[in-house]
Amino acid sequence: MNWITNYVRPRINSIFSRRETPENLWQKCDECGTMLFHRELSDNLNVCTNCGHHMAITPRERFKALFDGGIFGEVKVPEPIADPLHFRDQKRYPDRMKAAQKTTGEKEAMLVATGEIGRTPIVAAAQDFSFMGGSMGMYVGNAIIAAAEEAVKLKRPMVLFSAAGGARMQEGILSLMQMPRTTVAVQMLKEAGLPYIVVLTHPTTGGVTASYAMLGDVHIAEPNALICFAGPRVIEQTIREKLPEGFQRAEYLLDHGMLDRVTPRTEMREELITIVRMLMGLPPAVRGDLPAPTAAAPETPAPAPADKPAAEAKPAK
Amino acid sequence: MTQYLDFEKPLAEIEGKAEELRALARANEEMDVADEAAALDAKAATLLADLYKDLSPWRKCQVARHPERPHCRDYINALFTEYTPLAGDRNFADDLAVMGGLARFNDTPVMVIGHEKGSDTKSRIDHNFGMARPEGYRKAVRLMQMAGRFGLPVITLVDTAGAYPGKGAEERGQSEAIARSTETCLQIPVPLISVIIGEGGSGGAVAFATADRVAMLEHSIYSVISPEGCASILWKDAEKMREAAEALRLTAKDLKTLGICDRIIDEPKGGAHRDKTAAMASVSKAIAEMLKDLEKKKGDVLVKERRQKYLKLGSKGLAA
Ligand SMILES: [Zn+2]
Repeated sequence: MNWITNYVRPRINSIFSRRETPENLWQKCDECGTMLFHRELSDNLNVCTNCGHHMAITPRERFKALFDGGIFGEVKVPEPIADPLHFRDQKRYPDRMKAAQKTTGEKEAMLVATGEIGRTPIVAAAQDFSFMGGSMGMYVGNAIIAAAEEAVKLKRPMVLFSAAGGARMQEGILSLMQMPRTTVAVQMLKEAGLPYIVVLTHPTTGGVTASYAMLGDVHIAEPNALICFAGPRVIEQTIREKLPEGFQRAEYLLDHGMLDRVTPRTEMREELITIVRMLMGLPPAVRGDLPAPTAAAPETPAPAPADKPAAEAKPAK
Repeated sequence: MTQYLDFEKPLAEIEGKAEELRALARANEEMDVADEAAALDAKAATLLADLYKDLSPWRKCQVARHPERPHCRDYINALFTEYTPLAGDRNFADDLAVMGGLARFNDTPVMVIGHEKGSDTKSRIDHNFGMARPEGYRKAVRLMQMAGRFGLPVITLVDTAGAYPGKGAEERGQSEAIARSTETCLQIPVPLISVIIGEGGSGGAVAFATADRVAMLEHSIYSVISPEGCASILWKDAEKMREAAEALRLTAKDLKTLGICDRIIDEPKGGAHRDKTAAMASVSKAIAEMLKDLEKKKGDVLVKERRQKYLKLGSKGLAA
């Protein structure tokens, strides 16, 4: 039973859907240990209000905060063949997929959308680390190709949010082939003269970093994101020495010339608007929290944006 | 004598006996063992053919990594003339894990680039066991671009366990270097042929093997991760490498079915290291034929077809 039934009259209870009342109202910051109320945390885009630690955010949550009025249209991704290698380790790959779909409520590890940011039309793609570690298989490759094709068709810039542990081993060599495939997608954008902005989020590693995540016109990372080809543990085993503090973190990569900027998630939207508008030769944006585009937006509305909670009684800390 | 792999132990027994008999005969002139030795040879040949008839994926990994397997340098020496090594990434260093330069293949000037693992302790260390650092990929990018400007076909010889996982390599942008190398493979308006001669290890291999035609030696492998690495992640037990090698579909045969490998180059019985001359001849013939297929195509057509090939790849899975 949902906890809420114990506290409210049945009539009111029926108004709440289970989905809107999470079991865990409080989440502990894994960095500083502060207990954060879930609404406060999601209003701050899953960034700890105490220490600024960036926790994972799903593509859907990110897009709700990114696009004007939280409105975006999903771009259809061509379905790849399921379980192409009939892969089985300790579990069957289709079973792992089903489990991931059940826990995330998503079909796969990448979401592609069209919409406007600061009244600037873009195509965005975001990788979902909660879905099998965001791993890159045929679907993710197809998603990036679909995003690039949509951007070229609509003459829009593309913004990609990366987050992945690497390639999806259960698709074997076909996951590896997403490196050249997604590189072709990036080439489509470049040859069409469209900006391609990569936002690298925690963690972006392996074959993902060694392909589309490192081929952007502009590379922006979220603070402290781990960004690497080989993970720190593999390197420590290879060179048999301890790695320095902050090694392979966003700020370290900025120092070593691999990134243009490190920007907090809460400032990312404004920064993307600024950069994209300049690269597209558009006038400065109108600032502020813009409502959804009105003129019969071509996008199909996303599930109604879960708006600001009304008078939510915030318990004192 | 050859170094035997663990599954070749029974073969070592027989070949050892034949060798011993002959050595004894050399010491005692009146001893005639020709018949006995010939019988053992025949037995060994049958056993070898048997062992290699249907190698399991894990055994193929072992053959692909055989220390005596011909390496990039051997192929360059045997197949090309006027090989003129070109060094350096013009940025930081020359990475000896990657060798490359101008050469002639059947008199046609080409650019040849490949991973070199080294063949003894010293050269293995010099070549960093064929594991390239960013400088290696950046050198390859430079050479491929040069080939593109001068209309020279590019031939890459792939043999690496993967890109080097080191501190400096990461600091200097291993990811970016690999990404740029793959990108360059997809840009140059000249024929690009890749031969996987041993190990095709992950991104470090893709960076050279994104080509118009990818050929694989019969016992070479090409995989997203090593079987040991895959086993330790998915099976939580590195000893399950046999199972992982099966599941990953990393053999030339499976990769041909999947459309990643365009052509399988047969190896001499017992692997390329048992008859290097024959192996060289087969690779030479394969390259010549693939080159002939591509040489009349215009640059823009090559690039377009190469990109299309990768966009379409994998759409049918094992049913391809
Ligand atoms: Zn915190």
